[in-house]
Amino acid sequence: MSATTPTARTGAAPRSGSPRAFAVRLGLRRGVTEFGHMLRSPEDVGWNAVIGVAILVYLWTQRDTAVAGADGLTLPELALPGILAATIMFGMTLGPAFGLATEVEDGTVLRLRATPRGTTTYTVGMVTGQALGAVPMLAILLLPWPFLLGNPMHQGAGGWAALVGWLLLGTLAVLPIGVVVGALCGRPSRVLPFGVAPVVVLAFVSGVFGPPTGLPGWAQGAVQGFPLYWLAHGLRSTTLPPGAEALEIGGAWHPGLAVLVLAAWAVAGLVAAPLLLRRLTQRESAGAMAARLQAHLQRAG
Amino acid sequence: MPTTADPAIHVDGLRMSYGGRAVLDGVSFDVPGGVVALLGPNGAGKTTTVEILEGFRRRAAGTVRVLGADPERADEAWRARVGVVLQSWRDHRRWRVRELLDQLAAAYRPYADVRGRGPRATDELLARVGLAGIGSQRVRTLSGGQRRRLDVAIGLVGRPQLLVLDEPTAGLDPAARREFHELLHEVVDDDGTTVLLTTHDLAEAEVVADRILVLAGGRIVADGSPEALAREVAGPSEVRWTAAGTRHLHSTHDPVGFSRSLLAGPEPVEDLEVRHARLEDAYLEIVRRHEAGETQPAPGAPTRTEARR
Repeated sequence: MSATTPTARTGAAPRSGSPRAFAVRLGLRRGVTEFGHMLRSPEDVGWNAVIGVAILVYLWTQRDTAVAGADGLTLPELALPGILAATIMFGMTLGPAFGLATEVEDGTVLRLRATPRGTTTYTVGMVTGQALGAVPMLAILLLPWPFLLGNPMHQGAGGWAALVGWLLLGTLAVLPIGVVVGALCGRPSRVLPFGVAPVVVLAFVSGVFGPPTGLPGWAQGAVQGFPLYWLAHGLRSTTLPPGAEALEIGGAWHPGLAVLVLAAWAVAGLVAAPLLLRRLTQRESAGAMAARLQAHLQRAG
Repeated sequence: MPTTADPAIHVDGLRMSYGGRAVLDGVSFDVPGGVVALLGPNGAGKTTTVEILEGFRRRAAGTVRVLGADPERADEAWRARVGVVLQSWRDHRRWRVRELLDQLAAAYRPYADVRGRGPRATDELLARVGLAGIGSQRVRTLSGGQRRRLDVAIGLVGRPQLLVLDEPTAGLDPAARREFHELLHEVVDDDGTTVLLTTHDLAEAEVVADRILVLAGGRIVADGSPEALAREVAGPSEVRWTAAGTRHLHSTHDPVGFSRSLLAGPEPVEDLEVRHARLEDAYLEIVRRHEAGETQPAPGAPTRTEARR
């Protein structure tokens, strides 16, 4: 783990490339360091383990439940892509939203703003750390899967490559949403009602455990505007055996459309997030932080 | 283009208001170098002034030059020359001290200082601020005094020409406060860094600063060395004595004449003591005059006195 040997890395030659590229590299290093902190944090590891194990236990009790309408498909097999999509959705929206709101409040954002190109470094670092933060949950779900729940992948090595591609595209589509939510909320206490609640509702209606074919028609249409549905759809098209498309809305795979919708969300998010982030960091000042410190001390006292 | 000949800070006619209330109402001062304390009652606009100098806040009107550049439009190379010590309390709690300093130091690597030096080496810096041996500790485990030292180390890591500190000793106990003052003097003496700090603690300003700017009601109402301020606002001296077992106290502008007549009087005088106006008296007088709305400036204030240094 490179995060444990930071002294060695400060010697890296800095003058190659543009200052912006240098700031991006520093941001990557920051993100890796923060991922290291996460891996050594009992709370973070414990949270991932509890949720991951709970999902696995539930699916294990359903391991023999056959899915109606698809030959030999079990409920866990059908559910896996949606669960992976929800992992990305939850991790990549709530992580950055809480992270950003917390780090505005505790002065991290301002601290970085006081250093050269610090806002770039901070943004890249935060995004990198949050993206890496999904890896433990994916590992907890996928590594024991073959031993507990059978084959998670019906399309071989190419399927695994496509799965990684879907996860990356999904991250790109969803992570800026988290940044936008965090920037709009501005403080952690607002993230729960304005950030968590919509994401939870969206996750349920988008069909975490399978295609949302149980919804009324208008709701099916609405769900198809959001990235979670298309990420789950794309992942199902990659992991499930032939014939499973019969379970989808419209009874067919639409991987091209899924890529388009996810890419559109990614572009919109990557345009909006930096603007909101800049507004947030410029509004942020020591005076505002001192006022919050005062409020914090009064609460603590 | 900024040059080394520019004064560290030049402020002229600075104005700022929030919601119609003028917080800064024509603030003007220059800081050529040394250690300058910006002193004033709570709400006087100290933090606002500092934030404008740091480029964190936009001003409403006036001219501001910090190291020869306008902070609102200054580039990243300028940012690298200004050290900022925040009133922080819990950022980067999970980071190890050395890890954090290494990360922040690296940001200064593309911007060498005037002498061509890169950022400070972490271990040397930790030793300098009295944190040697705790580099592997997590930031959240530091005491208040250690944390403040780390904040100063972060402010100094890029070898800034100007170090700006906002209420650096708020919340420190007297021992930690004294250590902090010593640290600040060492840094200034060794590197010639210009320092601007805000405080509402007069004793602190007197100990640390070559020069004190008093900000009250949105204006600089006094400007000078601690000695000059105390002298030029010369309040009355106090004469205390004991006569026939009773303590007496008398305020006078002529303590010598009063003492002479006292000693020449019929009663035997014991424990005669004269107390001259101190900086605290001067400061309270300056603020009092200002708040009383006296349009006439206080005698000698604003005063312009060359720094001791």
